[in-house]
Amino acid sequence: MTALSTVDRPAGDDTIAARGPVRRLSSWLHRHRGARLAGLLSAPLLWLLVAYLGSLAVLFVSALWTVNSFTGDLVRQPTFANFRTILTEEVYRTVTLRSLGVAAAVTVIDVLIALPMAFFMAKVASPRSRRLLVIAILTPLWASYLVKAYAWRVMLANDGPVDWLFGGAGNGPGYGLLATVLVLSYLWLPYMILPIYAGLERLPDSLLEASADLGARGGRTVRSVVLPMIVPSVIAGSIFTFSLSLGDYITVQIVGGKTQLIGNLVYANIGAANNLPFSAALATIPVLIMVGYLVAVRRSGALEEL
Amino acid sequence: MTLSRGARWLLRGAMAVGLAFVYVPLALVLVNSFNADRTFAWPPPRWTTDWWVRAWENAGAREALWTSTTAGLGATAVALLLGTLVAFAVQRYRFFGRDAVSLLVVLPIALPGIVTGIALDTAFRSLIEPLGVGKGLFSVIVGHATFCVVVVYNNVLARLRRLGGNLEEASADLGADTFQTFRYVTFPLLRSALFAGGLLAFALSFDEIIVTTFTAGPGVQTLPIWIFNNLFRPNQAPVINVVAAVLIVLSIVPIYLAQRVSDTAAGGRL
Amino acid sequence: MRTTRVFTAVAAAGLLALTGCGDGGGATGGSGPGGIKPPKIDKLASLGAGEGQVNIVAWAGYVENGSTDPKVDWVTGFEKETGCKVNVKVAGTSDEMVTLMKTGDYDVVSASGDASLRLIYGGEVAPVNTDLVANYKDVFDGLKLKQWNSVDGVAYGIPHGRGANVLMYRTDKVTPAPTSWSAVFDPNSPYKGKVTAYDSPIYLADAALYLMKHQPELGIKNPYALDDKQFAAAVDLLKKQNELIGEYWSDYTKEVQAFKSGNSVVGTAWQVIVNLAKADGAPVEAVLPSEGATGWSDTWMISAKAKHPNCGYLWMNHIIDPAANGAVAEWFGEAPANKLACDKTADKNHCTTFHAADEAYFDQVWFWSTPVEQCLDGRTDVKCKDYAAWTQAWTTIKG
Repeated sequence: MTALSTVDRPAGDDTIAARGPVRRLSSWLHRHRGARLAGLLSAPLLWLLVAYLGSLAVLFVSALWTVNSFTGDLVRQPTFANFRTILTEEVYRTVTLRSLGVAAAVTVIDVLIALPMAFFMAKVASPRSRRLLVIAILTPLWASYLVKAYAWRVMLANDGPVDWLFGGAGNGPGYGLLATVLVLSYLWLPYMILPIYAGLERLPDSLLEASADLGARGGRTVRSVVLPMIVPSVIAGSIFTFSLSLGDYITVQIVGGKTQLIGNLVYANIGAANNLPFSAALATIPVLIMVGYLVAVRRSGALEEL
Repeated sequence: MTLSRGARWLLRGAMAVGLAFVYVPLALVLVNSFNADRTFAWPPPRWTTDWWVRAWENAGAREALWTSTTAGLGATAVALLLGTLVAFAVQRYRFFGRDAVSLLVVLPIALPGIVTGIALDTAFRSLIEPLGVGKGLFSVIVGHATFCVVVVYNNVLARLRRLGGNLEEASADLGADTFQTFRYVTFPLLRSALFAGGLLAFALSFDEIIVTTFTAGPGVQTLPIWIFNNLFRPNQAPVINVVAAVLIVLSIVPIYLAQRVSDTAAGGRL
Repeated sequence: MRTTRVFTAVAAAGLLALTGCGDGGGATGGSGPGGIKPPKIDKLASLGAGEGQVNIVAWAGYVENGSTDPKVDWVTGFEKETGCKVNVKVAGTSDEMVTLMKTGDYDVVSASGDASLRLIYGGEVAPVNTDLVANYKDVFDGLKLKQWNSVDGVAYGIPHGRGANVLMYRTDKVTPAPTSWSAVFDPNSPYKGKVTAYDSPIYLADAALYLMKHQPELGIKNPYALDDKQFAAAVDLLKKQNELIGEYWSDYTKEVQAFKSGNSVVGTAWQVIVNLAKADGAPVEAVLPSEGATGWSDTWMISAKAKHPNCGYLWMNHIIDPAANGAVAEWFGEAPANKLACDKTADKNHCTTFHAADEAYFDQVWFWSTPVEQCLDGRTDVKCKDYAAWTQAWTTIKG
């Protein structure tokens, strides 16, 4: 609040002459609400609508094209052939369901791990250790995602540390779908802990005390007071974990054995095969899933918790 | 909150197990940076400090670090500007399409990176490149800024909600114009939220690889791209463990600073 | 990007295989698939003074100036000697290379088989006057004037290096030592769950090569030219193989590590992977199976719109100079193109290990090439499956 005192200070180099036009602009803005709003919104909307949604539009339009296989040039004649392939070939359905399953499993695992951790941080730990714990959760975000995934590859190797934990070579999960879920849960865990922690921190202690005063035991308070109130935070975290899992193609390559997810398909078609239209058609699948999810959870207020 | 002793211990245990889950792989990265085996055989057959020396001498890694820092700062700057503007608009005004705007801000981070990446790449190739502008560091910054806006937006929005408009009204009543009010009243109150949002935006940008893969010009190597290129060459792979270990240590500085700043201003959301 | 890089390298070489195997295409090129002719572009007549710089598009590891490792540097000397400053753009994929070359901003490119033909037929690259490249005379004959670097006997590039996709196995786990690709294709393989295969649609060619020898009734003449029936047979073989696979590999750190830990015990590999695994103490050996193998080869090409053609030629001469070619071959792990490079490598056995001079070895190798609709084996009565179809089939194979 100390900053407020500076208002009393003569405004440095803001001489009256220099402030004249600024004043006029300021009072004009004050009178024109629409102009203020336009001023605030024009740059961000230009960016997000033109640069981002525009790009997405270009992408999805190109899903209707095909590629000349010899020259690699796009053939700009609208056709639904790409979508037909995706809808009729069974493999795309299988991969979509598998990707959804992985994303859902990762999200559930992360919620289960994150809830007690975030609760401990926000409501049990002392303020000092709370700060240290937040740092401890944030730090891994800076260690390259690739390096962490590769560290897991080493741990999951035949006769590696994870196999030891399960009592010998070949007993662990090895590489495959299970390993993919495990490693993705690991990678995205901080993105789940942080919003839940922030949600819990905002939850007034008095509310919890009131619940206790009314006779609720710890478990009951958690069930009836805490959980309902942090639903938006959990959903916010799930947007991260779900979307990050749905789009991943690198972790799967590292620990997934022979598993492929939808990200791999999109990547393989654009990166190696130069078949942008087919990639674009495939990319509509995760987009539809995520947009549907966002629309479904919008009312919960989760989007403001990200 | 009143918790039984048992519940407290249970939570403490959960926290400890969770932290172990988070840190054991990181410890392995550190250990492997001394592992003489080029593909990280476990347990390490021999030990060496060779990789640390090689990493120190590696000009490519240093350049990539610099590129990543530049890209991160650029994206953060754009995100701070755009995110703050949208947050003000959404929090202070009621207008048609307000819900759509907040959904639009969230969309870039909610859609998988590969979608954002190939969309920007396609748009760039088909619309911008014919004008003679190739992809470069600039396109990386555009891509990163797009999905970083939301973290700044949410931080600022939360802060604005808590602040309400009373102080600004008081400032206006005392004769300050719109800009003075922003400069002397609103901005100082927002500073820690901006810092927290900016830091998270920077971190998101710094470790981003998927969008970067598609938006980087051919000569542009951010650190994750450099790591990606080198991880798959056994002669270089161990050097990467060193770089990662150094990054973890270095990251404590900005995070600690952010915690300090946000603590003094009562609860930044980082 | 290692994956894509390899992939591109592979693609370039496919056509070459025809010559090696003796039947199918003509040994010295011939017209393009389906009788397409490249645009007429003149080659440089004589070499002038350097222009002060050269813009290069290359694979990671091909143009090293000491920034990755101070000891790995074959650029600084070139710059000092010729006054041509080297500006390199590392490209991740063949597509990116083609796109970059289309801008006209670059003089030289290290094109792989899938990119080289597109560049030639797209008129992006000029024929090379090999008389102006002094070191060209020392290039192995097995790499000169092949289908992926020449058209109708006109050279479009300077060969850089090559390698085969060999069969690697754990000597302690796989007995007797395999001599055939059936080790990875036999449905009753005792190594179920420990077989590895290269994670790229181009791997379909390995299956096609196997079928070429084991099911001659399919009439496969070139593993990169598959009609519907042949293609279906290859896809089917790989779908059955999928049951045996532990993991597909795409980069060499991953494969070395998998063989060392025993997650994989048999599968396709590059010579460099075999060497690295051995150097790290893994009990592995590699063999070129009786059916032959697929492989890859890259070519340096010069832009038709080169702004610095003289420096471009100087670079092409430099990169196959015995010392530089030897250095790049060792750093990258491939067989050098220049015969004399073999005397310059730090490891005196490098050329032997990588079979650089062993034409009989490379005669059995079908170098990677991009499958296109116009059959590469010269058939005009059927349409072949193009690479987009290969990619989609690869998806169904992995399931």
